[in-house]
Amino acid sequence: MATSTVKKIHPKKFALWIGLTSIVMFFAAFTSAYIVRKSQGDWADFALPAEFFYSTAAILGSSILLHASYKAFASEKLALFKTFLVSGFVLGLAFVVLQYQGWLSLNEVEIFIHTNQHSSFIFMITGFHVAHVLGGIAALLFAMVYAFLPRYQATTPRRLLRLEIIFTYWHFVDVLWIYLFIFFMVQQ
Amino acid sequence: MADTTILEKDLHGAHAHGEHGHDDHDHHGDRYQSAFIDNYMFSMDHKTIAKQFLITGMFWAIIGAAMSIIFRLQLGFPGADMSWLQPLLGGWINIDPATGTGTLSQEFYYALVTMHGTIIVFFVLTAGLSGTFSNLLIPLQIGARDMASPLMNMLSYWFFFLSGLVMFISLFLNTGPFSGGWTAYPPLSELPQASDGSKAGATMWIMSLVLFVVSVLLGGINYITTVLNMRTKGMSMFRLPLTIWAFLVTAIIGLLSFPVLASGFFMVMLDRTLGTSFFLNEIYIADTALTERVGGSAILYQHLFWFLGHPEVYIIILPAMGIVSEVLATHARKPIFGYKAMVFSILAIAFLSFIVWAHHMFMTGMNPFISNIFVIFTLIIAVPSAVKVFNWIATVWGGAVRFNSAMLFSLGFVSMFISGGLTGIFLGNAAIDIQQHDTYFVVAHFHIVMGVAAFFGMYAGVYHWFPRMYGRFMNEFLGKLHFWGTMIGAYCVFGPMHYLGMAGVPRRYYSFETFNAFSEFDAMNQFITIAAIITFFFQILFVVNFFYSIYKGKKQTEMNPWEATTLEWTAPIHAGHGNWEGAIPHVHRWPYDLSRYEDREFIPQTEPLKEGEKDGGH
Repeated sequence: MATSTVKKIHPKKFALWIGLTSIVMFFAAFTSAYIVRKSQGDWADFALPAEFFYSTAAILGSSILLHASYKAFASEKLALFKTFLVSGFVLGLAFVVLQYQGWLSLNEVEIFIHTNQHSSFIFMITGFHVAHVLGGIAALLFAMVYAFLPRYQATTPRRLLRLEIIFTYWHFVDVLWIYLFIFFMVQQ
Repeated sequence: MADTTILEKDLHGAHAHGEHGHDDHDHHGDRYQSAFIDNYMFSMDHKTIAKQFLITGMFWAIIGAAMSIIFRLQLGFPGADMSWLQPLLGGWINIDPATGTGTLSQEFYYALVTMHGTIIVFFVLTAGLSGTFSNLLIPLQIGARDMASPLMNMLSYWFFFLSGLVMFISLFLNTGPFSGGWTAYPPLSELPQASDGSKAGATMWIMSLVLFVVSVLLGGINYITTVLNMRTKGMSMFRLPLTIWAFLVTAIIGLLSFPVLASGFFMVMLDRTLGTSFFLNEIYIADTALTERVGGSAILYQHLFWFLGHPEVYIIILPAMGIVSEVLATHARKPIFGYKAMVFSILAIAFLSFIVWAHHMFMTGMNPFISNIFVIFTLIIAVPSAVKVFNWIATVWGGAVRFNSAMLFSLGFVSMFISGGLTGIFLGNAAIDIQQHDTYFVVAHFHIVMGVAAFFGMYAGVYHWFPRMYGRFMNEFLGKLHFWGTMIGAYCVFGPMHYLGMAGVPRRYYSFETFNAFSEFDAMNQFITIAAIITFFFQILFVVNFFYSIYKGKKQTEMNPWEATTLEWTAPIHAGHGNWEGAIPHVHRWPYDLSRYEDREFIPQTEPLKEGEKDGGH
């Protein structure tokens, strides 16, 4: 038998990507519905809350930190790995809090989910996005438990893979938010 | 193999070598075989999960079919005394105190129609068909020990079970199960004041289907990952049996379309709970205007629904097509005609399935110029479908056909697919649809082409792979009786409906007694009902045969009873978790080397190519 030269993607990573495709379709349906509904007229415009800009920065920052933490783990710099992981996680939490603050400040100017079609879409889409981010937060918690348990300290391929899968999902919800944010801006 | 540089260890790394630790598939036999719960309930063995899907699907099929018999009784014998059904249906039979005559509650009639559609489309023909055979055949036919993630596979079944449980409980609500049609169009699905079924029944219906979407996605992710990543050495994509191609493409379609359905359902949920009006606009109910609920678009829901709804019919029919291709080739003892054409037509059908959804909406007030585009793409689907039909016929042509139950049902499938497909060409035209929409012509069309045909594919699969599942054969005599009863019965039920539909008889009506125009069809409706009842009892015959054969069927004595070429027959009878006792077999040729050689009747996929021999599929 010839020696292996082909690098095959790990089935679990592959499964994750397939799963992400279905999430893409889920949000594609929402944003298409948004476009269709908006094109029918009778559409009340309002500005997005400032918190959404800050939250965008927060989730971008968290992705960068988590990527750095992955690099640190791969090169076995464990202290650095934990620092980046925790700070990335905190920024991730900040994203959720900022989104919530964003909804509250919309409520302050009398914009609720049932106010008009535009607000319904904004609240719904951002709400379902946060639900997916919370899934990512849960995954990050999982990663942190492993990062701080004494028996999981060394870098192994299996642990690296686990981290990669969790972070890939996180980067995905990040990119998804960037897409949604740009979409909302363009549609304004 | 010269064309591959991948080692067995790369394909099955976690199992051949210890360095990845104990992954979540154990290839050294199931270690928990002593416990009933682990072995039969929360099993992660794909073969057991397949049986769970099948038997749960059969349970739902009986309920769904029995419901159709009850509403067919109403249609065939309107005004007849139904008080004998009261022990079963209780309050849904209204007894006239003066005469003692029992009539079916009109509200419940709609609930029955809705539940019949939902149950058969989702629980039986999606979960029961694709769930069963994808699980059973994907690992066995591609040469894998189990799915990529057996845990997710198990969860897929239990989400399906949970979804069924919620739906089942909704049947017993005192306001009745959901009654707004299986398509759940707003406002019926959104406003509790619209009807009794739109109250708790609708809430549970939507919850159940969201759970179902989760089940389909978990299953689909697994099927795709397994087929693309875990094929044994030598199993290139063009050496896959057509069953696997069909399951793969089915899973891809499901993965792309079911999330869109979920989006639509979530919007319905928000409309029901948080006061949004995505799909509501200026609704009047009982002379009251819902002035708060404005600005939505009910047609938007239909777009979201049919973006799943149309691919869904291919999710139902593609697995049946795959099974039929395999069974026809094996029992006609001939290679499948035009293997690659079959693969590409599956892909073409899958692609087209996503751009034809609005042909379900020609009469919704959609712009007629948009209809044109959907008409064209809809009619183009006839091309790959016809390629498949001609290839099936050419496969059987001149073969040494074994007319056993599996083969008969496969031939029946081709017949049904042709008859039902032809009427699709009528309905696919927006202009003809003006006359035909919402009539029994539509009912006849989709029941034949995706209902009966998909059932035939499922039956063919069960008869053919029953030995693979239980190590025994189903009774052939009962099987043939089942086939002829079903074949003749189904045409007797749905054939006359074309005629009703062309005469304009509308579907979903409780009774036609007040319409003189349709009174001449009373006898025809009676005929349909009687045929439906007889056909139903032939299905009970199948269920009896199935469970009888599990325990008392003729024992399978040889590993490859059908003399098939594919890998599932190289695993031992009653294979344990992990399928093959020794190493996983390698593949050297395509799966259809049947009657292609002077000296050999068939050559299994595991046999190396001879010097200078060309692989069949290429």
